[in-house]
Amino acid sequence: MSTNFKLKHLLGIRELSADQITHLLDTAETFLDISKREIKKVPALRGRTVINLFFEASTRTRTSFEIAAKRLSADAVNISVSTSSVSKGETLLDTARNLEAMAPDCIVIRHSAAGAPGHLARVCNAAIVNAGDGAHEHPTQALLDALTIREHKGHLDGLKVALIGDILHSRVARSNVYLLSKLGATVSVAGPGTLVPPEFAGLIEQGVRVERKLEDAIVDADVVMILRVQRERQTEAFFPSMREYAVHYGLHLSHLSLAAPNAIVMHPGPMNRGIEVSSEIADGGRSLILDQVTNGVAVRMAVLYLLAGAGKQNGTKRTPAGKNGAQEKKERSGKLFA
Amino acid sequence: MRLLIANGYVIDPAQGTNTGKNLLIEDGRLVGLSSHSDGVPEGAEVFDATGLVVAPGFIDMHVHLREPGHEYKETIASGAAAAVAGGFTTVCAMPNTDPINDNAAVTRFVIEQAARAGLASVFPIGAITKNSDGTELAEMGEMKDAGIVAVSDDGRPVPTAGMMRRAMEYARGFDLPVIDHCEDKSLARGGMMHEGHWSLVLGLRGVPAAAEEVDAERNCLLAELTGARVHLAHVSTRGAIEAVRRAKEKGLPVTCEVAPHHWTLTDEAVSDYDTNTKMSPPLRSQDHIDALLEGLRDGTVDAIATDHAPHHADEKELEYDQAPFGIVGLETAVGLAMERLVNQGVISLERLVELCSTNPARILNLEERGTLRAGARADLTILDPELAWTFEVSRSKSKSRNTPFDGFTFRGAAVATLVGGRIVYLHPDYTRVIESHRAGTFVS
Repeated sequence: MSTNFKLKHLLGIRELSADQITHLLDTAETFLDISKREIKKVPALRGRTVINLFFEASTRTRTSFEIAAKRLSADAVNISVSTSSVSKGETLLDTARNLEAMAPDCIVIRHSAAGAPGHLARVCNAAIVNAGDGAHEHPTQALLDALTIREHKGHLDGLKVALIGDILHSRVARSNVYLLSKLGATVSVAGPGTLVPPEFAGLIEQGVRVERKLEDAIVDADVVMILRVQRERQTEAFFPSMREYAVHYGLHLSHLSLAAPNAIVMHPGPMNRGIEVSSEIADGGRSLILDQVTNGVAVRMAVLYLLAGAGKQNGTKRTPAGKNGAQEKKERSGKLFA
Repeated sequence: MRLLIANGYVIDPAQGTNTGKNLLIEDGRLVGLSSHSDGVPEGAEVFDATGLVVAPGFIDMHVHLREPGHEYKETIASGAAAAVAGGFTTVCAMPNTDPINDNAAVTRFVIEQAARAGLASVFPIGAITKNSDGTELAEMGEMKDAGIVAVSDDGRPVPTAGMMRRAMEYARGFDLPVIDHCEDKSLARGGMMHEGHWSLVLGLRGVPAAAEEVDAERNCLLAELTGARVHLAHVSTRGAIEAVRRAKEKGLPVTCEVAPHHWTLTDEAVSDYDTNTKMSPPLRSQDHIDALLEGLRDGTVDAIATDHAPHHADEKELEYDQAPFGIVGLETAVGLAMERLVNQGVISLERLVELCSTNPARILNLEERGTLRAGARADLTILDPELAWTFEVSRSKSKSRNTPFDGFTFRGAAVATLVGGRIVYLHPDYTRVIESHRAGTFVS
């Protein structure tokens, strides 16, 4: 495993190495167990402050980060700001400077503007975690997706992954394409022509297969990832109606017969049942949608631990079990996590 | 009062002059050329231009001086100071102030403020439509009488072909060029960078090249229909260059300008979300830059214009999608032209003068400018093609600091600017510069 996990912030997957990603996933795996215990709390981040700064509505991601922080004993503070009120008042950087003045260890930010987390990282000493910025990246989603795939397939290398839906506006799609390709999977995408730009083929060096028809993307896929369709895309004239979207770009049981045997289906949520995914699939045996949510907590624990916890200190990584840590940490970690 | 610009190398494409000569100025007017070996005329002061290029004053036909209305970004005085520091003797102020320059009262105000500042000459450009909202024609005749030299709804391009047709027909009656910022807003749909690989990577909404090209083609067609003089502002795409090239082949009165940032930076510069890479039209990909360079080389491009667009630091400190479009450009234009065009062999020094002075004067009917012929105004841009320098935005004369070129190094600079025979800008190192040139000889 990498002994060189130097990461001050988690702004995106694009700039991570395969080793760093694997280390994050390995760390997350060791945290999975904590959420299965009766007492779901370890003191790894005791005395650390994590601020969840959410400028966009979010239930799942914000809750997931909050639970992750609390299960590590961090003091978690949630701030939800509607973007409209921000435009009238203080700027993002002033908000950040004010928060910084209260000495948090980590700021988790979700913002509708691509690049907003990087913007913060330039003025903050706190570790910045991108919880989704515009159509740019959503790194923890890609990590939890990868953890889920690894759990079920054992590896990512050599897998075929199909991404279906609104690729153009999707930060989840981008982060997943980067992560999957770095770990050796191949990616194909499909969706309405208005939402799947052909230039997406060149997003990464290895290339992405851009298909016009869903079926062509799904053939032999080991993993089918469905993206959420936003209703406002209809009024923006990206497609004619939700009904037509459901008929032509929704995932139905019949599609799965094209995929590889034992193919799994994923969705980052929240789902529009009967639109981009039929309920038979969402609730069926191939669906890992709830596993994704479970794994999300572990991934975020790993991220917070590595960026704001003992793991961050000298830039060298330290597993929760303390294998590579200093002697005293080893003992403490041993007690905490054994 | 007489001033001899001595020992310089004089380039004036308007007269086909490209030679080592002295240039005599008397009472703010050009008198004529004489040989380096001729003596100093009686009573003349001498400005030593050894090793320097003496050119007709550079004209930036596209700047935003923000006054009236946004004086916290720039004033006519601060903009004029930045202009002369960058080697420009004349600038043309776009009308998107507050209030918009869509009537003679605002036009007169701009001219008065410029006279008060007393540095660069400032010519206002009037709005095409009232309030630049694209529905009713502005009072072009009144504004022309007050001093505008062109009309434009820059930044809020005339949305319909029908309205543009009327504007061209009407402006033709006053021999005013119609300047259009080519951007089909329905295609741009809130985009904030060039649409392509980098907009996908960054998740920023893209403006396709076609948004510019649809309007460029439209305007060329309308130039043919109306016979009006049409000038395309800050052309940034291959297709727009090709549209102008075809129009010129047909003999249509279509001209265009290119801005220095568009030939210098690609859209990859946006990759760390620096809001000083956000402007409209946006930074494009290399293929478009190649087309701009070709257009600069082959004569398709008529002018270099900065689109100097000052914004306060607080505004540019916002998230990328909320920050305003535009960068300052007056003090880096000559450096970028020397570094990226002349030193790279894309264009000659003579062609540079044509792009920065001769052609803008011709497009805007500025008869006493853009040439060194006897009797013309003594507006001069004096260049040192060899001077190596670094742009430090902290020393800028502009009130704003929004540039991606802070810390850029250049070879070639404007070292003196004369307006009406008066030295309004002298490079701080001028004495040292001249001494070093005296030690050697300048080779063109």
